[in-house]
Amino acid sequence: MSFAITLATARRIMTQLRHDRRTVALMVLVPTLVMILLYYVMDDERSFGRWAPILLCVFPFLVMFLITSIATLRERTSGTLERLMAMPLGRLDLLLGYGLAFGLAACAQVALALAVSLTWLGLDLPGPLWPLVLVALLNALLGTALGLLCSAFARTEFQAVQFMPLVMIPQILLGGILVPRGQMATVLEWISDVLPMSYAIEAMAHAVADADPGGEFWRDVVVVAGSAVLALLLGAATLRRRTS
Amino acid sequence: MMNLSDPAIAVRDLRVARGGAEVLHGLTFEVPRGQVTGLLGPSGCGKTTLMRAIVGVQIVSGGEVRVLGEPAGSAGLRRRIGYSTQSPAVYRDLTVLENLRYFAAVLGAPKDDPERVLAEVGLAGAAHQLGSTLSGGQLGRAGLAVALLGRPELLVLDEPTVGLDPVLRQELWTLFHRLAEGGTTILVSSHVMDEAARCERLIVLRQGEILTDDTPGALRAHTGTTDLEEAFLRLIEERAAA
Repeated sequence: MSFAITLATARRIMTQLRHDRRTVALMVLVPTLVMILLYYVMDDERSFGRWAPILLCVFPFLVMFLITSIATLRERTSGTLERLMAMPLGRLDLLLGYGLAFGLAACAQVALALAVSLTWLGLDLPGPLWPLVLVALLNALLGTALGLLCSAFARTEFQAVQFMPLVMIPQILLGGILVPRGQMATVLEWISDVLPMSYAIEAMAHAVADADPGGEFWRDVVVVAGSAVLALLLGAATLRRRTS
Repeated sequence: MMNLSDPAIAVRDLRVARGGAEVLHGLTFEVPRGQVTGLLGPSGCGKTTLMRAIVGVQIVSGGEVRVLGEPAGSAGLRRRIGYSTQSPAVYRDLTVLENLRYFAAVLGAPKDDPERVLAEVGLAGAAHQLGSTLSGGQLGRAGLAVALLGRPELLVLDEPTVGLDPVLRQELWTLFHRLAEGGTTILVSSHVMDEAARCERLIVLRQGEILTDDTPGALRAHTGTTDLEEAFLRLIEERAAA
């Protein structure tokens, strides 16, 4: 692993994004537009205040998952991955390069959605801003890591996008958004307990509601960060120097 | 430390299976240093698989491949081998120069290397074009340019001249010979026989086995014909009769 190669990889991915302005525009604007839509659909500050953090949780994850799985799949099918694997590039250089580049993109995404929510849409935060930003970014990283992992199991871009509902919808259904986790059937609660999104949603709820997020918030943050690292390591294991 | 008179590539009893079928059936040969060696044979004879095994990206089922004194695929070789695949592995959503700058950074090649290799493959005029806007021949040369970054000791080039006009092909072969004179070992594959005459040594593959491994001159003498295409046909007949 080399710091210089990781940075060069991140810079390369950002340059690729720069050549694709429409993707950047969609990535940065869509969450904010959905936020505004949500505000007018809810039409009352309390419901909006309950749903806004969930969107701030789901969006960075969703977008990063999709973009990363397609980008790495392209890297696998175009032969550039094989070329890199024959070069002195560590597998983590590639993964962290993606994490870094898309993490920065996620920052822009979250920053705009937050700025609009806090000003125009009147989202009220009793505590500081950083816990919210931290959770959103960790979620983006988790999305990137899971996207990398899932792209290993897709042969085509059609298959890759199908992984999105597969990974996303159960996590949303079981994450305590629609039904509180404590009210689910025991088996479902167990499943919910091992899905990282459950902790992300809980952490986000603390970040928005608490004046001073405490122990439970930090436990959730550690679980989400740990899941991201685990997915990244599993993703690294799917990158092979030698293939058949 | 290895001796300079040692071969650049030494392959012993190499076997490779793909999709359940054996595609290379125990190949044994050596590639001398500082020469242009041609790997010839029809499409599907195992050229690409053999090149991948030499570069160290192919899972092999048996035998030994040593490259520049080390087992193929060792970490130490990753800076010393330049490899260009048949379908050009470059990012279509980056310009040619951006591609080269990135790969140069990964290899730790000198800062001015991208400009140097662009000039060598005659692509300086397209430096700022996106990969997706290049023609097939230009993309191929962009892929070749990546392989030249960092002046590797061994170049493994899979069909680098496909789809190029005769003038460009001539230029690339001149480049290969110039690099070989400077000490670079070049293994280049082709399925067109007229390129065979430009190599100093020929390895001809057919159905996963070596049909011949000789100089073009010796091959002509052995088969009693000056035409290499004809020489290959005679070799195949000879093999069938034996």
